[in-house]
Amino acid sequence: MTAASTTLDPAVYADWLMRLGDNTLILGHRLSEWCGHSPVLEEDIAMANTALDLIGQTQLWLGLAGEVEGKGRTADNLAYLRDASRFRNVLLLERPNGDFGQTLMRQFLFDAFHLELLKSLQTSGDPRVAEIAGKAIKEVAYHLERSADLVIRLGDGTEESHSRMQTALDDLWPYVGEFFVSDDIDKAVADAGIGPDPADLKAAWRQTVDEVLRAATLNVPGEGYVHKGGKRGIHTEHLGFILAEMQFLQRAYPGATW
Amino acid sequence: MYAQMVTSTGKGVQSLEDMSPEERAFQERINRGEKIEPKEWMPDGYRKNLIRQIGQHAHSEIVGQLPEGNWITRAPTLERKAILLAKVQDEAGHGLYLYCAAETLGVSRDELLDKLHSGDMKYSSIFNYPTLNWADIGAVGWLVDGAAIMNQVPLQRTSYGPYSRAMIRICKEESFHQRQGYDIMMKMAFGTEAQKEMAQDALNRFWYPSLMMFGPSDKDSVHSAQSMAWKIKINTNDELRQKFVDQTVPQAKYLGLTIPDENLKWNEEKGGYDFSEPDWTEFFEVIKGNGPCNKERLGARVKAWDDGAWFRDGLMAHAEKQSAAKLAAE
Ligand SMILES: [Fe+2]
Ligand SMILES: [Fe+2]
Ligand SMILES: [Fe+2]
Repeated sequence: MTAASTTLDPAVYADWLMRLGDNTLILGHRLSEWCGHSPVLEEDIAMANTALDLIGQTQLWLGLAGEVEGKGRTADNLAYLRDASRFRNVLLLERPNGDFGQTLMRQFLFDAFHLELLKSLQTSGDPRVAEIAGKAIKEVAYHLERSADLVIRLGDGTEESHSRMQTALDDLWPYVGEFFVSDDIDKAVADAGIGPDPADLKAAWRQTVDEVLRAATLNVPGEGYVHKGGKRGIHTEHLGFILAEMQFLQRAYPGATW
Repeated sequence: MYAQMVTSTGKGVQSLEDMSPEERAFQERINRGEKIEPKEWMPDGYRKNLIRQIGQHAHSEIVGQLPEGNWITRAPTLERKAILLAKVQDEAGHGLYLYCAAETLGVSRDELLDKLHSGDMKYSSIFNYPTLNWADIGAVGWLVDGAAIMNQVPLQRTSYGPYSRAMIRICKEESFHQRQGYDIMMKMAFGTEAQKEMAQDALNRFWYPSLMMFGPSDKDSVHSAQSMAWKIKINTNDELRQKFVDQTVPQAKYLGLTIPDENLKWNEEKGGYDFSEPDWTEFFEVIKGNGPCNKERLGARVKAWDDGAWFRDGLMAHAEKQSAAKLAAE
């Protein structure tokens, strides 16, 4: 990435940072729903650990979003006091957990994208972004290693585990296209030398995905319809319920310190 | 405690003279403060007793994820959410250390889990109480982890090596658990009227169940006497309960909260507080399965296990394919 060539509207920049922070927040929320309910103790630990990493990243991204926005909003204000239409996460991440295979497949498809995104952000023209990416990438590299490994083992496991993983892949595939759709905000951020054009990340993502799914003996679905809208605030019905739960205390007791 | 009412298989403590030479040598090692290691000879009763106690402790750690997990998705700030995730993750880790310690005695984790799921093995009664407001998460850390620490600190000196080492690792993490709980309580107790009310409500509901964690009085119990001779149990239930009350009362005062016990009074003579016993009828009902959350808690664990069968089978099948392929290649 080249150094900032144009100045970026703070509102646009903050919006883009919220995409990063909302992705990690919403996925972290979904993973934390597994605490104590996963198939084996090691997975309880891993789910909590991954969620913890993602919530930590959320604090950094949303903290920076508030700073860039310049209206005095903190990471908590952004997480707890925005309504669904102000959330900027991709739709895939608000999908309900489904069975453990769905959760793992969602994780793998996103981890592979997340890693490519962070690789690129490490050289961001904004050192604050580069620094967060540098910290997050170590965690996300591990998330991908784990999710890819489990997708392979379950895809190439029993007949049942194979068919569950194939179903998960088929169900979630229509949501991955949204990762790579560039809009005006992405273009402005790319022009400012701060972030990549998401379309440029697709080839590397696809290579990882193809490799892993081949090893998992799973069939990669063809390019089909792409569900999108999350990045613009048009969500599925699920997000409203996530927020109703997540924001309950802040909404019910405004102004309290926790 | 996390292991309540573990009935020993011994018939009370034998005197050294009545023991077989093997048993006597074993007891003498324990008396000298030596650690017993997995491969070494041990009486059958010692092994069985330890399996029950460690197993019950392990089950408590994993069932204990549930009442706190209940609030992770509703934690009021990102930092609280992160801290709670870290804590619940620790508890699962404690379960893991303890199942490993139990495995050194010749029982597998799956066998222990089967017994949990069938109801043959118990977990601590405390986890059958619900977490109803956010202050409950504070109260659990403060009181429940506080009571657990009371019991586990002495168990670091327990006679069985792997158990003792697991306790040492666990205790390091427990003090963070208690601190984060008390920290939540401070925010609540010094917060708005509504928050104070939640804090008092949480204390009201968790006080007696926390006292029950130590189990009924065991001063005359033959089971406890045997466990203490074996240094599987270090203090009596009453000793620990007294220590817990003495430690907790000033902490509640600092918070400006009232402990729900009219009989609570400093007793100069014994240098500790007099306090009311919890309702032991309620305790036995909870142990029998009639607590407010027994069905949900055990149901959640059984469901997680059953729903996860395909996952565990899938991993196993893959591992078998891999080793078959490796063999074929050699
Ligand atoms: Fe981590
Ligand atoms: Fe623990
Ligand atoms: Fe704990």
